[in-house]
Amino acid sequence: MKTLIDERRFRAMRSNVAARSAIGSAWWLGSALALAASIAMLFALFWFVLVRGVPALRPEIFVTVTNGISGGLANAIVGTFMLVLGGLVLVMIVGVGSGIWLTAFAGPRMVEVTRFLTDVLSGVPSIVVGYFGYVVLLGYLGWGFSLAAGAIALAIIMLPYVVRGTDLALIAVPQELREGALALGSSTSRSMFMVCLPSAMPGILTSVLLAVSIALGETAPLIYTAGWSNYMPSAAPFHSPVGYLTYVVWTFINQPFAQSHALAYAAAVILMAVIFLTNVVARTVVDVAAQRLRG
Amino acid sequence: MTTQTQVDRATSPPTAGAASRHRPGDVALQWGTGAMAAVTAALVFLIAIFLAVYAFPAIRFNGLDFLTTLTWNMGNQYGGGPVARNGIAGMPGASFGVVVFLYGTLMSSFVAMLVATPVALLAAVAMVFRVPASLKTPVNTLVELMAGVPSVVFGLWGIVVLVPWIGNALGPWLSAHLGWVPFLGGSIGTGNGLLASGVVLAIMILPIMAATMRDVMSAVPSSIYEASIALGGTSWQAVTQAVLPAARAGIFGAAMLALGRALGETMAVLMVSGAAMNQLPQNIYQPINTMAAVIVSQLDSALTDSTLLAVRSLAEIALVLFAITLVVNVGARLILRLAGNLERSA
Repeated sequence: MKTLIDERRFRAMRSNVAARSAIGSAWWLGSALALAASIAMLFALFWFVLVRGVPALRPEIFVTVTNGISGGLANAIVGTFMLVLGGLVLVMIVGVGSGIWLTAFAGPRMVEVTRFLTDVLSGVPSIVVGYFGYVVLLGYLGWGFSLAAGAIALAIIMLPYVVRGTDLALIAVPQELREGALALGSSTSRSMFMVCLPSAMPGILTSVLLAVSIALGETAPLIYTAGWSNYMPSAAPFHSPVGYLTYVVWTFINQPFAQSHALAYAAAVILMAVIFLTNVVARTVVDVAAQRLRG
Repeated sequence: MTTQTQVDRATSPPTAGAASRHRPGDVALQWGTGAMAAVTAALVFLIAIFLAVYAFPAIRFNGLDFLTTLTWNMGNQYGGGPVARNGIAGMPGASFGVVVFLYGTLMSSFVAMLVATPVALLAAVAMVFRVPASLKTPVNTLVELMAGVPSVVFGLWGIVVLVPWIGNALGPWLSAHLGWVPFLGGSIGTGNGLLASGVVLAIMILPIMAATMRDVMSAVPSSIYEASIALGGTSWQAVTQAVLPAARAGIFGAAMLALGRALGETMAVLMVSGAAMNQLPQNIYQPINTMAAVIVSQLDSALTDSTLLAVRSLAEIALVLFAITLVVNVGARLILRLAGNLERSA
């Protein structure tokens, strides 16, 4: 094997200690600045959204619907919630199911292939997923812009995260637990539901919540599946368009009116707050559960 | 990480087998979850197949001109009915080319990589070697939180802060002082364009790139770092001469993964790109369009094409975008996996 450290290069550099430690310090400073700048950018974005969004958060916007360029955000808030909830239900079934199959039933070859395809799916651009939804659900199946179409598109976006999370969480279940259950005479399915899944639940929940936080911020998959509506989501899940918050941010900022800008900022601050909270909960779920397990 | 779990799986006994053959509950679970996994695994193929089938008439109509044509023109919708080309009926004068969008996608991602890669690499080095252990978790959390900011929020910031700044300050300054550099001179315009798209993309891919590079570098055995210190290197030399070369495959994979993100990013670019049609930017300030953005911005008008060729041509763009991101992502995954294997055998 080739040596990782080129000795001659080091010998040459050993001369002039002062110069190279000065160069090193300069680069370290640069790298610290790069990290500081990256983190500062996050705070700058938060600040940018908070300063403009919080004053726009009048109580009325939570109870009135959008009206062209003004009004409130009630329809978009409820729409976002329903779309993500719909996607969540679908992804819990398909994603957790896939994860169970991967750890309990699949042969090593199938595990490899499925995992690889799941990774590939996570790299498919969200607009491509959205257009796929448009072509299949609205084109071939004849649905309208709807809650169901939007929820399916979001579920496809969330799927890789949940499959991977479930897979890893189930793998991490101690083998002794599984074997203990089997030795006591339980079936594979019983040991899965009574032993493995409860023990893996914190990990699964974390991945699901992280997927939810991604779905909350998505726009591209929804534009041509959920559409947009100024009204509250209706009871027709396949044929009635649904509003959502990211759409407000995207379109209302381009209107030449102060009220529409205020709504865009309000939508952005609500989104950021909910996504931030979901992230924090996702990260604490594991810690709390781990502490409880340790006693 | 991937390889580690593979090892675990290889050593764990399969729980399917005798039990699942005899117990109806197990059989049901096996088939039920197997169907779910089949859906997951099939989705990538379904996306490709459905887009290809839907786009097929457009693929025939456009032929290879699709890859060389600048113009996107639905043709004369009221010009006396469709005429056939390559056996497909299209409106007279209809012409669909991907060049403007392909160019905009590649150039904006190129600018983004140019800006983000050095910053991400430096930030990752700081995260691995300089952030004290007690601060590692908060710093990592902040970086990951940034990866979770919705793209419309980046776009919002781009429209309100970045674009005016480029249009009024950065652009004129660059053009005046560095105008002799190709693509940096010339008229600035509003600020909506290639530079704004590239910078927004750079900020968006920075956290994911930095986090992946951090993971790759943390996996390099500390003995390599220590050995180069022992040979008399400074800490910076130990990083650049020993750790980075050992991790270079993984670093390359991390950059490629971020490139895949940038190529497919839609909303933030859509909001600051200037949505150019039928023309290429002459400098980095001028409007561009990307494959992802044009699918969003053109579908409404494409639906007015009674031959549906415009909508199908958008599907052809989606297919090309899918293919490009597929190649980049699969490449990145393979490199990262290979890097993981190498590092375990080292």
